[in-house]
Parts: sequence; C-alpha cells; structure tokens
Amino acid sequence: MNEQTAIAFDGLGHRYGLGAWVFRDYTARLQRGRVAALLGRNGRGKTTLLKLLVGVLKPTAGRLDLRGRIALAPQSFQASFDYSALDIVLMGRARQVGLFAQPSRRDEQAALAALDRFGLADRARRPFLQLSGGQRQLVLIARALVSDAEILVLDEPAAALDLRNQTMALDWIARLSREHGLTVLFTTHHPQHALDVADDVWLMLGEDRLFCGPASSALSEAHLSALYETPIKRLAFEYDGRLRETLFALGPASQPRALAR
Amino acid sequence: MPMSPACESEAAPLRSQAATRWRELTGTPVLALTLLIVFAASLMLGAYRVPPTHVVEILANLCLPESWRPSGIWSATEQTVVTVIRLPRLLLGALAGAGLGLAGASLQGMMRNPLVGPDLLGVSSGAACGGMLAILMGWPDAGLVASAFAGGFIALVCASLLARASRGGGVLPIVLAGVVVSAFFTALHGLIQYTADAESKLPALVYWLIGSFAAANAHKVAILAPVVAFAGGALILLRWRINLLSLDDFEAEALGQKTRALRWSVLALAALIVAGQVAVSGIVGWAGLIVPHFARMVVGADHRRLLPASALIGAIFLLVVDDVGRMLAPQELPIGILTATIGAPAFAALFWRSQRRATGGE
Repeated sequence: MNEQTAIAFDGLGHRYGLGAWVFRDYTARLQRGRVAALLGRNGRGKTTLLKLLVGVLKPTAGRLDLRGRIALAPQSFQASFDYSALDIVLMGRARQVGLFAQPSRRDEQAALAALDRFGLADRARRPFLQLSGGQRQLVLIARALVSDAEILVLDEPAAALDLRNQTMALDWIARLSREHGLTVLFTTHHPQHALDVADDVWLMLGEDRLFCGPASSALSEAHLSALYETPIKRLAFEYDGRLRETLFALGPASQPRALAR
Repeated sequence: MPMSPACESEAAPLRSQAATRWRELTGTPVLALTLLIVFAASLMLGAYRVPPTHVVEILANLCLPESWRPSGIWSATEQTVVTVIRLPRLLLGALAGAGLGLAGASLQGMMRNPLVGPDLLGVSSGAACGGMLAILMGWPDAGLVASAFAGGFIALVCASLLARASRGGGVLPIVLAGVVVSAFFTALHGLIQYTADAESKLPALVYWLIGSFAAANAHKVAILAPVVAFAGGALILLRWRINLLSLDDFEAEALGQKTRALRWSVLALAALIVAGQVAVSGIVGWAGLIVPHFARMVVGADHRRLLPASALIGAIFLLVVDDVGRMLAPQELPIGILTATIGAPAFAALFWRSQRRATGGE
C-alpha cells in the first residue's frame, strides 16, 4: 500500500458465524481523492463490505488497510426522535467528544459549517424529519464530513431521491472529491450513476469475484450484463456538441412498448 | 462559504424556529424555578395547617447557622409536621420523580422507543420482587436495595433479550417483551405474598407494593439520595451519548461509538435508580414513561436537554400528584394508584399517536 492509496484489501472475506461465505477473495485498491462506485445485485453483500470498511465487522479472512479516517453516510436514517438537523450532524463528532463530555461550541461550529457547505445552515434548527429527501441525504453526508473524515462511504446516496435531487447528490459526490480532495466510495443500483461520476468501479460479479477498474472501461456491456444477468446496452451519442453515454437494460418489460412504436 | 444552494429552496419558517430555540434555551431554568415553587408550596400543604411564615422560620432554623436563625414562635407539633413528616416526604418524592424521569428518558433513548418505561419493561416488577424477598427474609436496608437492584436488572436483561430474539422491528416487540416479563414477576409477587406470614409480613408487603411516600423518613431519603446522585449523575454526564445510542448500531459504530458497553452501562444505571426508588417507596408506575414525553414537548428531543428536563418534570410531577393524593380524600391515596390512574390513559393516547404516525395517519 503506497502513500497514495486510501483503501486497500487483499483476499478479503466474510461469513457470519459458521454460515456460508458472503464473499471471499476480494481484492481492491482505491487511490486518494478518487471516486469509486460499488455495484452488486441485492443480497450480494454490499452492506457487509461497507461494514467491514467502517470497522463495524471484522473480516473473517484477508487483510484490510485504510489510510485516513473513514465515515459513513447511511442510505436512510430512521429517526426515532424528532432531532434537529444540527443534532444529527453533531453526532458525527462522536470521536472528538470525550465519553462524559458534551459537544463544545467548537463542535457546534464545525457542524454548522458542514451544513453551511451544503447551503443548509438556515435549516440547522429545523426537525430533520421535516426536511425533504434530498436535504436529509445532504444532512447525513454533512454528519460524515464533520467527523474530519478523509474517506467517505455513502450507502446508496441517490436511492430515495427524485430525478432532480439524484442529479444534485451526484454533483456533490463529484465535488467532494474534486474540490475537497476526499476519497469517496458509494454504492448504487444505477450503473448510469457510476458512469456519470465515478473514476473507478468495483463490480461484485460473484461470491469470489470482485472486478475493479476504471469506470469508462469496466462498465462494459459484457460486465454489466453478467453482473445483473440481463442484457445491458451502452450507447454513445452526441448531444449539445458533446459525446454522452447512456446505459439501459433490455429487459422483457421494455420490448412490447419498443415494438409498438 | 456555501458552494451552492440546497436541493430544495422553500422558505424556512424562521419565526417558529426562533420560538422553538427560545423554548429549548429557557425550558430548563423555568422548570427548575417551577420545581422550587412547587416544593415550597407542597411544604405548606397538608391536613395539619402550618402558617407559611412558620414553615419559612422552621426551615431557616434548620438550615442557617445559629447566629442567623430567626426568633419566631412556632409549636413543637408544627416543627415535627414540617421537618419530620413533610420535608422527608417531599425530598423522597422529588428524588424518586427525578430518578424515574432520568431512567425513563435514558431507556427510551437507548431503546429508540418512546413507548418504553421502567415499569413497562418489567424493571419495577423485578425490583419489587427482589424487595419483597428482602422484606420476607428480614434483610437490612442495604440488602433491600441490592436485592431490588438484582431483581430490576434481571427483568431488564430478560426484556431486552426477549425483544431482540423476536425478529420484528418497531415498537411492539419491546412492549410485548416487557408485558411478558412483568407478568412473570407479578406472578412471583403472588407467590411471595402467598408464602408470607399473614399476620406479620403480608400487610407490610402489600402496602409497600402499592407505592406510597406516606412512610417517608430521613433514613429513606438517605438511602435514595446517593443512588439517584450517583446513577442519575452518571446518566446526566452520558446524556449526549444517548443521542448516539438512539441510532442504529451500524450507524453509531460507524461514527466511532462503541455501543455494547455503553448500552449495558445505561441499562444498569437506569435499573439502579428504579431499584432504589422501589426499595424506599414501592412501585410508582408510569411516571418514567410519560414524564419524558412532557419533557420533549418543552425542550425537544436532544437528550442533552431532555435528561435534565425529565429529571425536573419528574420531580414536579410526583410532588404535585402526591399533593393531590394527600389533599383529595379524607384518607390519603397512595401515589402508586394515582400515577397508574393518570399513566394508563396517557400511555393509551401515546400509543395511539405513535401508531397513527407509523401508518402515516397524521
């Protein structure tokens, strides 16, 4: 692992108790300041891999190295109580605040600054549950940021968002890396999102097969069709003077409508 | 400098935010002042009338150095009523209320469930079981508290494990687990009562179980005060950590909070408070469940403000209810009966509200 590597693991594997392997022999590297997307089908073990990365689970096999503090922004937050956005972001300071201490004014200012970074400073005292889906997602990212993390893990950051907010969230992911030098790993069920913002992709092709590579080449029709076990096409087209690429699945549902036209 | 506007751009209701902030900041001092007023007023109340000036003079005589003491005239009976009967009773009530408020708010926070309370989780029944055993065996006070703590903690562990074993999420598993554990320990209460000597032990057991501050004395205050000071103080210090415990374990651990040891510590501290309270005054039900809800209405959900507010409201609540119990009927009503009368319908309302919210009925 060299100075420029943020995440590195070799032969990583995990199983719960004596059950079957969730995955094994996974090997990957992520360089500092790059954005990686983790793609895999439901039940393939994406969340387990994230839990290993953030240290909630210990690997059953293999070696995992992280250079820098890591923080997680979960997919959604089930607030049992009516916390304000600021209360939620402050929780990101758990490592900085002593066990019996309370967050200081400095912690509060750091939390407000993180919210301000996303243009949410005026909503700091509003109940989290009254914010829109997009704002909630940004609050959770702000909470991860306030922990002074250098590696940010985002679990399906665009899953619950409408199309406009998906675009916003993806834009933020790119900017966190480009403008703030953070290393970002995010999971997604939309290969298009990976194609749009990721430098690298990790494809969970099988229990013992994690394919890693640059997004532009790794997100090939062959890889994606194998990953999702359904034919996937990648089309390049020119729009507004620029070359763009789009991915779509040739599922059974798409055929009758296409024929009708 | 902000990099861009947020995803949505609707105007924030600034006025309501400012009102909430004001309430959050002033809530605790106002509650502390209210507690002082209620405590002072409660000292004046009672079947035997003592003029307020005499009450003040008796208290000043009790607290101030000799050269500063007032030279008022009051009767020996008044002195006894204020210092031997009312003062210990009010201190015991305030300590019990503060302790139950803290235990309730902490348990609700760490279990991510606003519908749990020490009695609903079976802690009170378990502690009462331990206490009854101690009374039956004739153990001294330290044994009574230790036995009540053991009972309460066993009940709490059983309820937590049962709820965890049921795979369903949400509010219901922990509430049902509490019902099961409570039912079991209530059955044990029956067994202990059945084996107790009907002449010498049974009346004491039954009266103790109902929950009352009528038998309060300085000795009982001396038992409860250190328990509430230690366990309540520790919970107050851990209050921000309870915010973190109210997250999913995956999230909390990803934020750097090791949850396992902290959860068990909060459970043990809450059980210790309830055991101390049950040991000196029997089961005072429902206060630990409903007090944190009142506190949330005043200071919001953040446990940094919620725990102190719950302690203050708990003390105010039990003082007021005990005053009502003392004044309402010719023969005073035990506080356990009154809190249950208020608490059960309040719980029904809370449960109905939470279910409506869960199903999107609001």
